[in-house]
Amino acid sequence: MKRFIGFIKKEFYHIFRDRRSLFILFGMPIAQILLFGFAITNEINNVDIAILNTSKDTTTEEIINRIAASKYFSIKQMVTREADIASVFEKGNVKAVLNFERNFSKNLIKENKATIQIITDATDPNTANTITNYVNAILQHYQKELNKDVHVAYQIIPQTRMVYNPELKSVYMFVPGVMTIILMLVSAMMTSISITREKELGTMEILLVSPLKPFQVIIGKVIPYIFLSIINAIVIVMLSIFILNMPIQGSLLLLGLESVLFIITSLALGILISTISATQQTAMMISLMGLMLPVILLSGFIFPISSMPMPLQILSNIIPAKWFIIILKAIMLKGVGLEFIWKETLILLGMTVFFIALSVKKYKIRLE
Amino acid sequence: MSHDEVIKVEGLTKMFGDFAAVNAISFEVKKGEIFGFLGANGAGKTTAMKMLIGISHPSSGRATVAGFDVYTQAEDIKKNIGYMSQKFALYDDLTVKENINFFGGIYGLTRKRIKEKSEALIQELGLENVANQLVGALPLGWKQKLSFSVSLFHDPKIVFLDEPTGGVDPITRRQFWEMIYKAAHQGTTIFVTTHYMDEAEYCDRVSIMVNGKIEALDTPKKLKEQFQAESMNDVFLKLARG
Ligand SMILES: Nc1ncnc2c1ncn2[C@@H]1O[C@H](COP(=O)(O)OP(=O)(O)O)[C@@H](O)[C@H]1O
Ligand SMILES: [Mg+2]
Repeated sequence: MKRFIGFIKKEFYHIFRDRRSLFILFGMPIAQILLFGFAITNEINNVDIAILNTSKDTTTEEIINRIAASKYFSIKQMVTREADIASVFEKGNVKAVLNFERNFSKNLIKENKATIQIITDATDPNTANTITNYVNAILQHYQKELNKDVHVAYQIIPQTRMVYNPELKSVYMFVPGVMTIILMLVSAMMTSISITREKELGTMEILLVSPLKPFQVIIGKVIPYIFLSIINAIVIVMLSIFILNMPIQGSLLLLGLESVLFIITSLALGILISTISATQQTAMMISLMGLMLPVILLSGFIFPISSMPMPLQILSNIIPAKWFIIILKAIMLKGVGLEFIWKETLILLGMTVFFIALSVKKYKIRLE
Repeated sequence: MSHDEVIKVEGLTKMFGDFAAVNAISFEVKKGEIFGFLGANGAGKTTAMKMLIGISHPSSGRATVAGFDVYTQAEDIKKNIGYMSQKFALYDDLTVKENINFFGGIYGLTRKRIKEKSEALIQELGLENVANQLVGALPLGWKQKLSFSVSLFHDPKIVFLDEPTGGVDPITRRQFWEMIYKAAHQGTTIFVTTHYMDEAEYCDRVSIMVNGKIEALDTPKKLKEQFQAESMNDVFLKLARG
């Protein structure tokens, strides 16, 4: 046990004295999350919008005036035909189009209600949401004033429609992907590099000639990275909650346990990579090409798996990250419990056991 | 006396594919001896040593080290030996003290014992002023001496040194050999490879390896007589010419 503590201490010296390691370990996750933080804004200012007003009556003019007067919006153009809306968005000049229904005032007076369509460009779903909320607020305010001195309740009914990204794939959806990549990077790449580094320097030989058993050497090298990965996972989740205001719907405990499982999967992969590479450079290349690339391309992080060609969809199943991303999304965004993700968890567990067994076997062979 | 032999090797062979890097070598090393394992670059010295210290499996032949079999008792061998590899192998990003503590620790020495021994060692090597500096900043000669001391730190019965003086200046080499003598005096068996033939004169007995085979084995004095040579270098040249 004492030998182990010494070993782990030494590993931490290596990590904390190497700027590159420190950067990958702590700089990267924070930078990534903050980048996403900038992409998410909950405030809007002078957003360009267009208006389609076929009614041209007093009520619609009044509403338009109010919108124009607010500091949130600036009316960039007036659209004359419904058919033109699509092209307005295509040009990318405006973020939203407000479409008043025909005979707005008349409907309001006759039926006590009138409809306005709020069409937003949801490529940036957060902004789209905010725009909708702000327009709604203005409408409600106006409606209240309208109803102040009359006994009938006029109702202005907003109808929301999104273009480009109707299922509202929000920036939040990227958090699970980013978290997966970072954990993979830290666990697999850093471990494989740190093990091959000892091989390259020749210190691995010295360790293997010592009374330490090979598996003790490996565990000693891996434990610090388990700690650091867990800390990283915590940092990412905290940043998501407090900086991105991302609500974590599910159980934090479950999230933690699943993360530890994935960290162990990645570490096993890292050990496996270190057994097949002789230099740090090779280890890094294999980690990047063999792990990061498939994770980015095939895990559903950027390209939805459902829209991939069939062979790639099948291939994506052997990527542990795919399953972890599904698990993360389920816990973070949908808030479901283990009863909905036990299958994915089992698959990940199976993969982990397989990789550990394989790397133990490979490691033995390397020593011959 | 047979129990005097701490290393016994018989027909030890290592094949890399069809190529015999070590070709059926046999020799014995006695307790407390300085055994020089000579040969040109590529002769197979490192390969032979790795089989003896339990990190490479022999293709055939037999060998025991400190009474333990290299095939089946590698773990016991490891407890009884020290090893200094051909590559400088301390951690450059750890200080002198941290390196000593770490290597002392993995050999299971108690913290108290490590502290006592490391203070004595730092003093002996004259490293007091740099004890808290990173090893990477030290000159090569100091590193080599430190590396040697670390391989002896846990008082092994036998120490294996693979080209310990490679690349260092003649004065440091001389000092290095003094350290080797001192360790031998204290009863440690020294198994040392080198391709500097002049260093052979410092050994009790030497073997000369050529292309994986041991071509000569005796005391330097007898070898010079046998080959009617002035120096070990001449012996080697005569051997190489065949
Ligand atoms: N792992 C290996 N695979 C194939 N050939 C090797 C391996 N290790 C060493 N050799 C070859 O074996 C020969 C002896 O190498 P080595 O024992 O390092 O020589 P020395 O230590 O005497 O300089 C060399 O020709 C070398 O290329
Ligand atoms: Mg060599």
